Amino acid sequence: MRKDYNLEKRKFVIAGAVLVIVAVYVVRLFSLQVGDNDYKRYADGNAFQRKTLYPSRGFIYDRNDELLVYNQPAYDVMMIPREVHDLDTLDFCNTLGITLEEFDRYIDDMKDRRKNPGYSTYTPQVFMTQLSTQDYGRFQEKLYRYPGFYTQNRVLRQYSRPIAANVLGNIREVGVSDIERDDYYRRGDYMGDLGIEKSYEEVLRGMKGEEILLRDAYGRIKGKYEDGRYDVQPVSGRNITLSIDADLQAYGEKLMQNKTGAIVAIEPSTGEILALVSSPTYDPSLLVGRERGKNYARLTRDPSNPLYDRALLARYPPGSTFKPTQALILLQEGIVTPETRYPCTGGFVVGGLKVGCHAHAAPINLVPSLATSCNAYYCYGLRSMLDNRQQYDSTSTAYEVWKEHLVSMGYGYQLGIDMPTESRGYLPNRHVYDKVYGVGGWRALTIISIAIGQGEILATPLQIANLAATIANRGYFYTPHVVKAIQDSVIDSLYLQRRYPTIDARYYDYVVEGMRMAVTDGTCRTANLPDIEVCGKTGTAQNSHGRDHSAFMGFAPMNDPQIAIAVYVENAGFGATYGVPIGSLMMEYYLKGEIDPSRKHLEERMFNSKVEGNSGKKR
Amino acid sequence: MARNVNAWKTVDKFTIFLYLILVFFGWISIYAASYDFDQASIFDFAERSGKQLVWIGLSFILAFCIMLIDARMFETYAYLIYTGFIILLLFTFAFAQEVKGSRSWLMITDTIRLQPAEFAKFATALAVAKMFNGYNFKFTQPSNFFKIVGLVVLPLVIIVLQKETGSALVYFSFILMMYREGMTGLVLFGGIMAIVYFVLGIKYSAIDWLGAPLGEVIVLVLICVALIFIVRYFAENKRVARTLSYFYILAALVVAILLLCKVAVPIFYVLMGVVAVSVVYLLLVYWTTFSSKILVSVAVTIVSVAFMFSCNYFFNKLQQHQRTRIEVLLGMTEDLHDAGYNVNQSKIAIGSGGMWGKGFLNGTQTKLKYVPEQDTDFIFCTIGEEEGFWGSCLVLALYTALILRIMVIAERQPRPFGRVYAYSVLGIFFFHLFINIGMVIGLCPVIGIPLPFFSYGGSSLWGFTILLFILLRIDASRGEHF
Repeated sequence: MRKDYNLEKRKFVIAGAVLVIVAVYVVRLFSLQVGDNDYKRYADGNAFQRKTLYPSRGFIYDRNDELLVYNQPAYDVMMIPREVHDLDTLDFCNTLGITLEEFDRYIDDMKDRRKNPGYSTYTPQVFMTQLSTQDYGRFQEKLYRYPGFYTQNRVLRQYSRPIAANVLGNIREVGVSDIERDDYYRRGDYMGDLGIEKSYEEVLRGMKGEEILLRDAYGRIKGKYEDGRYDVQPVSGRNITLSIDADLQAYGEKLMQNKTGAIVAIEPSTGEILALVSSPTYDPSLLVGRERGKNYARLTRDPSNPLYDRALLARYPPGSTFKPTQALILLQEGIVTPETRYPCTGGFVVGGLKVGCHAHAAPINLVPSLATSCNAYYCYGLRSMLDNRQQYDSTSTAYEVWKEHLVSMGYGYQLGIDMPTESRGYLPNRHVYDKVYGVGGWRALTIISIAIGQGEILATPLQIANLAATIANRGYFYTPHVVKAIQDSVIDSLYLQRRYPTIDARYYDYVVEGMRMAVTDGTCRTANLPDIEVCGKTGTAQNSHGRDHSAFMGFAPMNDPQIAIAVYVENAGFGATYGVPIGSLMMEYYLKGEIDPSRKHLEERMFNSKVEGNSGKKR
Repeated sequence: MARNVNAWKTVDKFTIFLYLILVFFGWISIYAASYDFDQASIFDFAERSGKQLVWIGLSFILAFCIMLIDARMFETYAYLIYTGFIILLLFTFAFAQEVKGSRSWLMITDTIRLQPAEFAKFATALAVAKMFNGYNFKFTQPSNFFKIVGLVVLPLVIIVLQKETGSALVYFSFILMMYREGMTGLVLFGGIMAIVYFVLGIKYSAIDWLGAPLGEVIVLVLICVALIFIVRYFAENKRVARTLSYFYILAALVVAILLLCKVAVPIFYVLMGVVAVSVVYLLLVYWTTFSSKILVSVAVTIVSVAFMFSCNYFFNKLQQHQRTRIEVLLGMTEDLHDAGYNVNQSKIAIGSGGMWGKGFLNGTQTKLKYVPEQDTDFIFCTIGEEEGFWGSCLVLALYTALILRIMVIAERQPRPFGRVYAYSVLGIFFFHLFINIGMVIGLCPVIGIPLPFFSYGGSSLWGFTILLFILLRIDASRGEHF
C-alpha cells in the first residue's frame, strides 16, 4: 500500500477549487436573482401580453334626454414588431386596402420616436387606425397569415343630429404633446377636442382596463395570467346630460344659417344654457373617422372659420344692449332717479362732440330711455357720474367704480362656463386711458361712447345673455353652463351658486319696465308675442368691420322668466332687422313649442336671408 | 485473505441519500420544465416527467444490480469494459443516424435511443484506475503519463468525431484526477492562466492604452506576476522570486513616475523588455544552479508570450458562429437573437425568480418555452425561476456535498484503484456542474452537457448512476483485502 502524504495534501487544493467555483456561482446567482437588475422586467415583457381594454366613452344627452352623441365601433390594426415574420407585404396591403407606400409610411411613423415615444419592438404598437367594418372583416379572416398583427377595438363617436358641433366638440387621436403631458394616453388613444368632449374629457373617457395574457416564445396566447386575477376591468365613461335643448339649438342654427353671429339662450333660474349657437357651424360627423384629418383641415382653411365658437369667443361692441347696465349703475350710484330727465336734441351735443340719436319725445326719463334706446340720456348720465366731483375725487375713481359694477355683472372677465375656451371680452381699466390720454388727461367726454356700449368696450354674446338672465332674475345670476348633470356624479358646485352683482335688486324693476316698454312701444316691437310678456333691448353695434352688428338681448316671460337670450348677427344692420326677430322667434319656439301663424313670415324671412359676416375671418 | 461482507451494510448511505434527493428534485424539475397549461399528471407516461420516471425506476434496478456484483469484477474486467465501449463508440460513429447533427445516438427502437458516450465515461474511469493500480506503476514516469493520457484521449477523439464536442470536453475532467495522482500542478496552473490570458487578451484587445492594446498589456503584467509564483512555488527558489519581485516593483515605480510626469512611455516595449530581462536573468540563474525547474519556468514564460501573440490570430481564424459565441460570453457584443438568445433568456428566467422564486409550476419563462432545451441542458433555469435564489443555492449545496463526499470516499480507499476511480468520478461530476450551471448563468460558454440527475434523458441518468454506484460498490468493499 502506497501513500504519498505530500500528494494527499492536494485534496485541499481540489476541494478549495470546488468551493471557490461554487462560491462564485452563488455570488453570480445572488446578483442575478436578488440584486437589482432588469431581468424581472424583461421576464414580464417576455411572457405577458398586456392587452388594453378600452372603455366605452360616455354618451351625451340633451336636457330632454334625447341621445345626441353615442359610440360606434372602430378597429385599429396593432402590431408587435418583434413578432412579425414572413410577412407577405403585398398580400397584407391588398387585404387592408392600402398601397405599399402607405405601408412604408405607417411603419416609419410607428418607429419614429418623436411621433411615438413609446415605441418598442416588444409591445403592441398601432400600425393603422380606424379600419372600416368591411376591411376589418376581410383582415380578421386572414389574420392567421400575419403573425404579430392583431386588431384592437376602439370607440368612435356617432352623432344623432348634425347640430351643436361647437358645444359637443369631437374626439381626435392624441398627439405627442398629449402623451407627454398625461401618461394615461398611449399612441392611438383618443381624447376630446373642443367643446365638452374636451372640458369633460376625464368624465367621458372612463378608465382603461388591462388584460394580462400569457404568451409563449412563439407569441401564442396560452390563456390569462393567474386566471385574470390581475386584470383590470375598464370603467366606462360617465354619461353627460347637457342643459342644451336640442330642438331649440337646431332651430337657432337654422335661423342663423347663412348669417354670421351667435345666439346664447340661458335659463335664468339655473344658469343652464339652452342654446349656444355659433354660425356658421358644421356637422360634427365630419370630424369622425378616417376622413377627420382631411375635413378638419378643410374647416380650418374655410375663410368663414366655422370652428370658431362665436358665442363664447367673438368680442362684439355691446352697443345698446349695454344701456340696461348703465341704467342700473346710474340708479345704484344715485346719479339719476327714475324721474331724472335728460334732454335729447337729436342726440348728445356738447361742444364739438355729437353722439347722434333718433327721433323720440324729449326730454326723457329712465324707463322710456330704455324703450327708445336714447343715446343722449346715457351720455348725460355717464357724464354726470364721471364728472361728479362731490361723489368721486377724480374721473379715474369714478370710472373704477363704474367698471367694478360692470365686472360684478360679468363683463371684462371670463364668466367660467364649462367649455374649454371662453373670451373675457374687454373692459379697459383706468390705466389704459391714462396711457392713451395721460394721467388726468381724460374726462367723461373723452370716453363718452362707452356709455352706449361703443368705444373700447367689448363683450361676448355669452356675457350679454348673462346680463339678460341677471335682469330676468332681478339681481343675480348663476354661472352659465352647458352640462346639466353627470351620471353618478354632480356638476361643479360653482354652477349651483348665485352670484350677485353690486346693484340693489329694487333697481332692476325699472330696467325690466324699460325693456318691456321697448317691446310694447319701443325699438323691438317685432318681439311682441301675442300672449307672452317679452322684455327686450335692441342693439345696433357700430364696428370697424363694416355694417353695424344687429343685436338683441331679452327674456320672457316678464314675471316668470324661462329664457334669457342674446343674439348677434354680424354686419346685419339695425338690431330690429335681425336680432329682434331671431331672438323673439327663439323665445317663442322655446316657450310655446311652435311659431304663431301671424309670425311665420318672420321665421321664413330669417331662414332665407343671407348676410355676410366677418368675424374670425382669415385675412 | 479475502473476506466478503454484505455490501449493503458498508455502503455509503449518505451518498445514496444525496443521490435519491437529486434524482427526485430532478424529476419534479423536469415535470415543471415540460409542464404545459393543459397537462394532466406528473405520472403521464406520454409526458417527459412520466418517461423520466421510467428511466429513474430502471436506474434504481441498475444500481441494485451493481451492488450485487463483486467489487473485484470491475477491476478484473476494466480493460474489457473499456474496449467494449470503444468499439461501441466506433460502431455508433460508423453506423448511427444523424440526430441533431451528431452521430452519437444508438437507436434501439424508434423512440428509445442510447448515447454510448454517456457510458464511456465510467469505462474510461475504470480502465485508468486499473492502470494506476498496476504493480510498481509510477505516474511521474513519462511513459506511464502518456499511457494514461492515451486511455483518456482515445474516447475523446471518437466522441469529437461524432460531433458531440460537449461530451468530449468532459474527458478533460480527468486532469483533476491526474493532478491528485502527482501530475505537476504547473499543468493545472498553466491551463487556468491560458484561459485567463485568452479572455483578457481578446476582451480588451480593442481598447487602446498608451499606444498599446490594453489586453496585451494586462497579459504581459500577468505573465510577470505568474513567473514570480512559478519560481517561488514550482522551482522553489525564494531568493530568485524575491529578486524578481523587487525588479518588477522597481520597473512599475519607474513607469508610474514617468507617467505622472507625462512622459510618453512605450508601455508595450517596456513590458516586453521587462519579460526579456527576467528570462535572461533566469537563464543566468540556471547557469549557476543547473535547476531544470528554472529552465521550465523560462519555457513557460516564453510559451505564454507566444500564446498571447497567437491568441488574437487564432481567434480571428475561428468560424464566425464560434467567434460570436465567445464574443457574446465575454460581453463584447450583444446578440440577443442568435448566439446570445439562449443565455439571455436563461438569465432572464433565473433573474426573474428573485429570492424565493415564483413557486412550483408558476414560472412563466420556462412554462412558456422561452428558454430553449429547458428540460435538458437548461433545466437549472426552472429551479432558478420557480425556487429562486434559495432553491438554486440548495441544489448547488447538494452537489457540493456530493462532490466533497466523493472526495472523502476517495481518500479512504485502501488502494489506488479505488482512489483513482473516485477522483475520476469526482472530476466528471464537477466538470458537468461547473460547465452546465456556468453556462446557464452566463459565466461559461454554451457547451451542451447535461446537469447530472436533473437533465431529462435516460442515457445521462443511467451513465451517472452507473458511475456513482460502481464507486459505492468499490467503496463498500474497502474493508476487504484482496
